[in-house]
Amino acid sequence: MSLRIDQDHSRFRNIVRGRIRQNLRKYISKGELLGRQGKDIVSIPIPHIDIPKLRFGDKQQGGVAQGDGEPGDALSGSPQDGDGEGKAGDQAGDHPLEVELTLDELADILGEELELPNIENKGKSAIVDKKDRYVGVRNVGPNSLRHFKRTFRSALRRQIALGTYDPKRPVIIPTRDDMRYKSWKTEEEPVANAVIIYMMDVSGSMGDEQKEIVRIESFWIDTWLRKQYKDIATRFIIHDAAAREVDRDTFFRTRESGGTMISSAYRLAAEMIERDYPSEQWNIYPFHFSDGDNWSVDDTLLCVDILKKLLLPVSNVFCYGQVDSPYGSGQFIKDLKEHFSDDEQLITSEINDRDAIVESIREFLGKGK
Amino acid sequence: MAQFALKTALPNYLRDEQKRIEEFVRGVGLDVFPTVFEVLSYDQMNEVAAYGGFPTRYPHWRWGMEYERLSKSHEYGLSKIYELVINNNPAIAYLLEGNSLVDQKLVMAHVYAHVDFFKNNFCFRMTSQGRDPRSGEDLRKWIDTMANHGAIIRKWANRIGLETVEQFIDACLSLENLIDPQKPFLPKEMSPSTSEEEEPPETPEVPLLRVDREYMESFINPEEFVESQKKKLAEEAEQAQRFPTEPQRDVLGFLLDNAPLQRWERECLAVIRTEAYYFLPQMQTKIMNEGWASYWHSRLMTENICDASEIVDYADRCASVLATSPGQLNPYKLGIELFRHIEDRWNRGQFGKEWDDCQDWELRRHWDRRTGLGREKIFEVRALYNDVTFIDEYLTEDFVFDQKMYSFGYNQRNDRWEIESRTFQDVKNQLLTSLTNAGSPIISVVDANHGNRSELLLGHTHQGADLRLDWAKEVVKALCRVWTRPVEIHTIVDEKPTALRFDGKDHSQKSL
Repeated sequence: MSLRIDQDHSRFRNIVRGRIRQNLRKYISKGELLGRQGKDIVSIPIPHIDIPKLRFGDKQQGGVAQGDGEPGDALSGSPQDGDGEGKAGDQAGDHPLEVELTLDELADILGEELELPNIENKGKSAIVDKKDRYVGVRNVGPNSLRHFKRTFRSALRRQIALGTYDPKRPVIIPTRDDMRYKSWKTEEEPVANAVIIYMMDVSGSMGDEQKEIVRIESFWIDTWLRKQYKDIATRFIIHDAAAREVDRDTFFRTRESGGTMISSAYRLAAEMIERDYPSEQWNIYPFHFSDGDNWSVDDTLLCVDILKKLLLPVSNVFCYGQVDSPYGSGQFIKDLKEHFSDDEQLITSEINDRDAIVESIREFLGKGK
Repeated sequence: MAQFALKTALPNYLRDEQKRIEEFVRGVGLDVFPTVFEVLSYDQMNEVAAYGGFPTRYPHWRWGMEYERLSKSHEYGLSKIYELVINNNPAIAYLLEGNSLVDQKLVMAHVYAHVDFFKNNFCFRMTSQGRDPRSGEDLRKWIDTMANHGAIIRKWANRIGLETVEQFIDACLSLENLIDPQKPFLPKEMSPSTSEEEEPPETPEVPLLRVDREYMESFINPEEFVESQKKKLAEEAEQAQRFPTEPQRDVLGFLLDNAPLQRWERECLAVIRTEAYYFLPQMQTKIMNEGWASYWHSRLMTENICDASEIVDYADRCASVLATSPGQLNPYKLGIELFRHIEDRWNRGQFGKEWDDCQDWELRRHWDRRTGLGREKIFEVRALYNDVTFIDEYLTEDFVFDQKMYSFGYNQRNDRWEIESRTFQDVKNQLLTSLTNAGSPIISVVDANHGNRSELLLGHTHQGADLRLDWAKEVVKALCRVWTRPVEIHTIVDEKPTALRFDGKDHSQKSL
């Protein structure tokens, strides 16, 4: 039975969706979503939509209750405001609503909000996968694939044609000729695999706030790319003067104190790609975040060299995000811009604070590559 | 309703219980409307509860929100709705499918006491829609009324567009609590036409004191006095010209009568106002109503209904209903205890001058005149009081002490909620304050031609607590939507008189 409430409920859901969209920026920059993700579902606390009324201000009015305690004792928990007991349908407290969204829905909303184009495959139709699809019916087949409705329909048709069908006693008996079975066709479809390689500078100049920004941004990049590709792999590389591969947790926790040689990370990424992700089969997305401080001009030149020769030819895009830090010189982004001014494959973005995350995601993913 | 009526009739074993319980109910003197019980699945229950008990209400997103909250908290096992009863004749009550038999019996007993309260408490008289000319029965066809409201709003939503209608309803809902609780009991206003016909005298004579001797004139009526009389006269004239002549608490009613509304807007606003007045008595008698229902379910269950095997289950359930928690008043608990307290006092004759004058604690403790008037008294109380007067008259010092009642408030310095006091006067004052006007601030229309620019001026009668400002601004905006001219509300913010204003585009806030 469909409930009458369904209409009102879907109306509310739409409003909430609107609210999520409006508030998405806030959630992104606050990073509220992180840490709340279950298996595939993110729950976003949705504040109850209150209809504003003339009411007394918060904490303006006390109340009365029963129980132990001396005057001056603190009440455990936060009590309901004074107007609580007067309400007609008063319910237990004001629990914030949580709306659960699948990561897919979340990515949809993100895409709509940032007007992100869908990603075009790198044109790797060479690799194909075979897939069976039910596309029609036929007269022979295994009983397990019998199409019940069609079978009875053709039996009915035959009986009516023969005049043996009695509407008062509607018995339909399919014969062998009436049997219909589902049939399938094997289709070939191109496979698109993708790998994201996150690289981050963990030298002393990258503070907690800088890392938090990277963490939030990478969550959204993950969400978006996962929506675009069926299988996606993520790899994490941290570097100071030397680079190493780590797991996700370590990636966001590690803090080293050494100097910075960006080329070490780039070289490791290039090796990783060559070894594990042949570029004909994989869409490759290297992301690199740093505060823009590099050890020496020579190393920067080396980076440019690796980028040109090894990374850019195999990547869909190469993204460099530079977070603002009080210690970093911020020189690296300038060098990159200088060397790759006309190369669309290399995208740079400056992320000065949390509010800039949204803009930066748009810069990275807005090209649809 | 058809979809419900078909599938939700009471199963036989419950119908038998209902009959049995109704006999007990009438036996103890409760006076109830005929009551129809229906059994709902939890999903239907959540739906009906989201609609405030009326499955046929007008479409609005906030029912959907309520439904989502109820079903979520049901799924997570946070809460469960046991009973739902509607003030209607016949009364409609919903039982939750799958509850144990003890629970169902408990709910039925509880519901019957509510129905008795609906029928007999004076506050609920305003929900009466007249009397049946033939049978003389109290007409309360609210199920139909709410369905009609639904039809009205759907009709306009179809004609004008859901979005437009919904936005207007949202604005009206912001004003929902701006109604006058005393209105139903006031004498009908004199029709304004009579005063309009009278031409005001061009220059009214200044009332002076009679002077018999001319030379005394300047002594008996000195110039200052003449001036003050003139001023008073001018003020009175101004007062008479002001509209409304007296501040009007029924803001919704005032808007309905005087705002330049289109037909659909008027009809929607009327729906909101009617429903607001319908629900008002339930807010005014929360403590009494729940107390009365708990008192009777407890009596009936223990004395008549339960057999020995059920009593523990019942006690367990009843205890959870009456549980108290810090910082939250349980109206069930306070209500039942206060009714029991009153019954006990009147049974033992603890009232009247002699009792009031007696200061001897020992004497008071053993005071028993064997008057036995308790039962009679509580029936009288349930008919003639609302929460405010109930507390005002029957909350006693002994009761506050026995029930460990305290008042609490927010301590700015410690940034936490704290117990403030356990003295009788403090507790009583605090309780009455939070019950007054059903917990809403007192707002009235002061002037409909403010500044001679047909702007609307409202006043807030400040009683110690400030308004929540961000919301107040939204409300002023909603008022402006209905009134279509700038709206101002005078209140007090941080002890400074302040005007909040919305002129159609911008908010402003200035000290007066």
